[in-house]
Amino acid sequence: MIHSLIKSRETVLAMAILVLVGAIASRFPAFVAPANLVNVFNDTAPLIILALGQMVVILTRCIDLSVAANLALTGMVVAMLNTLLPDLPVPLIMVIAIGLGSVMGLFNGLLVWKLDIPPIVVTLGTMTIYRGIIFVISGGEWINAHEMSDAFKAFPRDVVFGLPVLSWIAILVLIGFIVLIGRTALGRAFFAVGGNPHAAVYTGINVGLTQCAAYIISGALAGLTGYLWVARYAVAYVDIAGGFELEVVAACVIGGISIAGGIGSVGGALLGALFLGIVKNALPVVNISPFWQLAISGSAIIIAVAFNATSNRTKGRVILKKAEHAT
Amino acid sequence: MLANTQGIEDAHPQSAKGSKPALSLTGISKSFPGVKALSEVALELYPGEVTALVGENGAGKSTIVKILTGIYQPDEGEIVIDENRVTFPTAQDAGKAGVTAIHQETVLFDDLSVAENIFIGHAPKTRLGLINRGEMLNQAQNLLNRIGASIDPHVTLRELGIANKHLVAIARALSIDASIVIMDEPTASLSHKEIEETYELVERLKAEGKAILFISHKFDEIFRIADRYTVFRDGQMVGAGRIKDVSERELVKLMVGRSVDQVFPKRAPELGKEVLKVVGYSHPTEFEDIGFTLRSGEILGFYGLVGAGRSEFMQALFGVTRPSKGAIRIDDQVAVIRDPNEAIGHGIVYVPEDRGKQGAVKGLPIFQNISLPSLKETSRNGFLRLVEEFRLARDYTKRLDLRAAALDQDIGELSGGNQQKVVIAKWLATKPRVIILDEPTKGIDIGSKAAVHEFMAELAAEGLAVIMVSSEIPEILGMSDRVIVMREGRIAAEFEGPDLTPEHLVRAAAGIVEARP
Repeated sequence: MIHSLIKSRETVLAMAILVLVGAIASRFPAFVAPANLVNVFNDTAPLIILALGQMVVILTRCIDLSVAANLALTGMVVAMLNTLLPDLPVPLIMVIAIGLGSVMGLFNGLLVWKLDIPPIVVTLGTMTIYRGIIFVISGGEWINAHEMSDAFKAFPRDVVFGLPVLSWIAILVLIGFIVLIGRTALGRAFFAVGGNPHAAVYTGINVGLTQCAAYIISGALAGLTGYLWVARYAVAYVDIAGGFELEVVAACVIGGISIAGGIGSVGGALLGALFLGIVKNALPVVNISPFWQLAISGSAIIIAVAFNATSNRTKGRVILKKAEHAT
Repeated sequence: MLANTQGIEDAHPQSAKGSKPALSLTGISKSFPGVKALSEVALELYPGEVTALVGENGAGKSTIVKILTGIYQPDEGEIVIDENRVTFPTAQDAGKAGVTAIHQETVLFDDLSVAENIFIGHAPKTRLGLINRGEMLNQAQNLLNRIGASIDPHVTLRELGIANKHLVAIARALSIDASIVIMDEPTASLSHKEIEETYELVERLKAEGKAILFISHKFDEIFRIADRYTVFRDGQMVGAGRIKDVSERELVKLMVGRSVDQVFPKRAPELGKEVLKVVGYSHPTEFEDIGFTLRSGEILGFYGLVGAGRSEFMQALFGVTRPSKGAIRIDDQVAVIRDPNEAIGHGIVYVPEDRGKQGAVKGLPIFQNISLPSLKETSRNGFLRLVEEFRLARDYTKRLDLRAAALDQDIGELSGGNQQKVVIAKWLATKPRVIILDEPTKGIDIGSKAAVHEFMAELAAEGLAVIMVSSEIPEILGMSDRVIVMREGRIAAEFEGPDLTPEHLVRAAAGIVEARP
């Protein structure tokens, strides 16, 4: 059973990625050079981190459209903090970023939980609010590289054991999620709440609280990514990562996380993000206009959803005796 | 075929207004896999008269409604309307033939206006083929006036109460010129005033010459508004005639007078000490002043009509909803249950009625479904241990004789009976003291039913206190040591020992005062 599930989703996606990489490599061997692959992974790291956060939200039948705005607001706040207090150590900045992101996630979660507002409406609203706040606090000004301290900018780019810190953080988050999803009661609760909210209530799981927890996780990761993003690109302004939330949701959907909740895996989210990351990085190499990227991502979403819809289609009830023996 | 019916033959000759039936069914049979829902039933409806259809749950009342409205096709038998033989391959065909049904939960569109609801599908058109709104509103107003409803046809349906929604449904029935109106427990969820209004409306429809089939469990209203009755029992028509020729006692007898052919496990209950005491549990809208005690080893049945507040009370007891008043004692200690988690902590578990909706988490494998409420026990330092979860699942599924290929199979792939076993296993794994089973055998086949009954007896023998909510009289009688009957949100009666008879249960549930014959 588990075997066949892997077969139907993650394996197929992994195959598709390998075929894609193979096709690119056949014409541009440089693309598969280890150094380039490290680059591609590093480039995709923020998407991986956010897709994992989004995954738990989607598992609970919600959606978080405010991730990119959260990222941008946190990025702006820590960048401004850095210009005011250049000596603030990076670990403390990261704690502040995660904390601020969590608070924004909590706000989403409370609106969904306590006021029972549909998640898409809540996060569409907070998305705009968070972007608006960036404008208010920055006055629409950019914070440029020369205003940031060196330590602030260097951290995500520092190379440890051959990989930049940004990549290592994505890997740590990934490991954290494998444990969270597979080995904790909260991870199990995400599936129960999304798979059957009524049954979850009768099992003693607090559905609203679980959804709120998912939003906090998503928000915390958006906050963390906010610092990493601003530091890596050494710039902060109102519109950074504009529209990135759609890419995050797309990665989840391509990775087989059911938008109806209750179905998904860490591996799926990772592969979905990698697929988009590879497409994005390969297009300039193969000399296709980056504008095609949108069309390709869009097609991938539709293909993935169509594929999942057919594989999830229930086969109906087994009524015939012979069919029962056959399965 | 009519040998076991009484009074049907005298229906034809002396009927003043409806000398000929507007609709008659003869020899209608309908089977579903494993169940014969209807067996050669007959039913006649007369213009300008109300025929009450009575019978216990599962007697085949809703099946006949579905056949009359074209949702089911009968396997055998014929439907005759105004002396023409008809068939209803689809619901539209039934509508065209003039049959319309008003359901307990009205099936209309909450966000459309009253006028749009009345005319959806057959709205008056302009010459260009567009909907003629003015004409539609006019006609809607006329129809509403005709049934004496003071409803503005502009407002959206959502703003109306249930009684007014019924009126809209009736206006819709009139708009398609229905001659046969089926009312399926129309007063089940109405207040007293609304019920009176519904009765007036029935009178009006009668005056317009409609033939009305009125399904109800309430004897007072049957005797008040019906002209004729037809009784179904176990998918057969067991009696029909004029209301004035029958007494309540005779009707009850027809409804329940069965030969009990189901076999229930023999039990020698050994009652232990009191584990649960409920005092004065109340809810603002759903139930009031529920109190009882429960001893270990006991099976306490809760009987009542659908909507009597049994499940609502159980949900409050389990902490899904909160009571406004009342207290519970568990092992003679005051206990507070504010959410299901606390109930589970106190050893109370609830196996809900609707397995698909409230029990099984599809998408999770069997073993994870079972371990879901027991994750605290199967994990260490906050980390789940799959091996422990598997062991737990294996132990309890073995006990319940679950038929599954593997425990990591998705629960959605199991049959209904086996899903029920997984849900029960899930709760047993929490080692409860009190288990509430809400309609535990609803919708499962006879064989699985017997297994569930057997198992219930075992649980009680092991000292568990069992509360069983059931609408099936044989099951209540066969399994319970004591039965509480609920009616309209209150405890109507409590029976045990020799008092535990089908007649007593039905009378208490229907609110028939003991003094009347």
